Amino acid sequence: MAEFLMPTLGADMTDGILVQWKKKEGDRITKGEIIAEVDTEKAAIDVESHTTGIIERLITRPGDKVPVGAVMAIIREEGRPTTSVASPRTITTPLAPPPPVHRIESIAAAPSQAGRLRISPAARKLAAERGIDASTLQGSGPEGAITLADIERATTATAGVAKPVGAADRQGRMRQTIAAAMARSKREIPHYYLSTTIDMGRAITWLKDSNEQRPVTERLLYGVLLIKAVALALRRVPELNALWKDGEASRSERIHIGTAISLRQGGLVAPALHDADRLSLGELMQNFQDLAKRARAGSLRSSELSDPTITVTSLGEQGVETVFGVIYPPQVALVGFGKVVERPWVADGAVVPRPVLMASLSADHRVTDGHRGGLFLAEIDRLLQEPQSL
Amino acid sequence: MNTPLSEDEMRSRILRILGEIAPEADTTSLRPDVSFRDQLDLDSMDFLNFVAALHKEFHIEIPEADYPKYMTLNGCLAQLSAARS
Repeated sequence: MAEFLMPTLGADMTDGILVQWKKKEGDRITKGEIIAEVDTEKAAIDVESHTTGIIERLITRPGDKVPVGAVMAIIREEGRPTTSVASPRTITTPLAPPPPVHRIESIAAAPSQAGRLRISPAARKLAAERGIDASTLQGSGPEGAITLADIERATTATAGVAKPVGAADRQGRMRQTIAAAMARSKREIPHYYLSTTIDMGRAITWLKDSNEQRPVTERLLYGVLLIKAVALALRRVPELNALWKDGEASRSERIHIGTAISLRQGGLVAPALHDADRLSLGELMQNFQDLAKRARAGSLRSSELSDPTITVTSLGEQGVETVFGVIYPPQVALVGFGKVVERPWVADGAVVPRPVLMASLSADHRVTDGHRGGLFLAEIDRLLQEPQSL
Repeated sequence: MNTPLSEDEMRSRILRILGEIAPEADTTSLRPDVSFRDQLDLDSMDFLNFVAALHKEFHIEIPEADYPKYMTLNGCLAQLSAARS
């Protein structure tokens, strides 16, 4: 029997709201298939199952807010019999205590005045956001005061499912999430920074020739070359491809590059390009386009948000030449790329104009030292001098 | 067969494509001689998607070397008129 838990979809996610189940009790689900849609601070996420089996029980109801790690459903794994004790449906005590659903707003409402609605400030704010007329509700708080939980229930009742969070509200929450993750990073991770200037002449010439052969729908951006170079360089310096867990770095066998994508409404997400070292440039480009599109449409998958093993951020589009990045915990490194600019460059004793790019590494000093970090940047440089082998 | 399209028709199709790529952008007040990137905050991937969409919509070949000519609304109209005449 496997438990489907509220996943953690970001460094500082504490809870999520179930928007809807994509499966019913009794349905078969395979590993990697979408089981639920969950609303988080950043976006509505399609959450994948980690188990193959039959859905035995759906515990969480649409609209419920549950903490990370809480049991949301029970899945009977393939090849295993139903519990011999009793069918889970008849179990009187739940397998796990039900997660605390909704944090009940316990602040007492303001003293009642004639005709004044008894409602907590937080509940009043939520009601306004969700367009609910609080005066029509029956309060369950002290002296009949309307609480946050009452508003949540009313939302569920009126919409059937929790209404997706409004854009403005989501933006505010996303800011808070980024703030929490970045503050944690700067508090906990002793960063060191390195940078190097890379001659992009060969890579750009190769890309131009390659794109001439490609139909317009299959052309590559140079950003994809950078991502592939990072992925391959990580094979050489694998300690940068790791997650910090329980006081130590745990290396990842697979290379999932988190690619920072800025959202037009503000904020950013850095979902994973899975197995970037093993994909061709064409495949990487397609996946990258698909990821950017879905990030902006708010339809990312849970694995894309929880899987990145390192992050790449390119700010060249904004015209900056150098990026000094902040590591996204629990990752232990971040690679930044600036803009490709024409600069005087000395080659074979002569000064020539060359397109150059500043690559930087922000890395966790608990895990690596500058020597290994330097080797990693040098490897990226070397790979970009042989673009045909990327 | 390329049937001739009026400039208005071409303009409205281009604006529709831009609207699909940058849904939150206001394309009604687009200045025809200023680059899309500057006005609509398009990045290089958006621009690539835009060019690919033009290719599908108008059945024209757009080599990468010609990209700069498609960076403004007027530039697009001039290129499309030339390609389809």
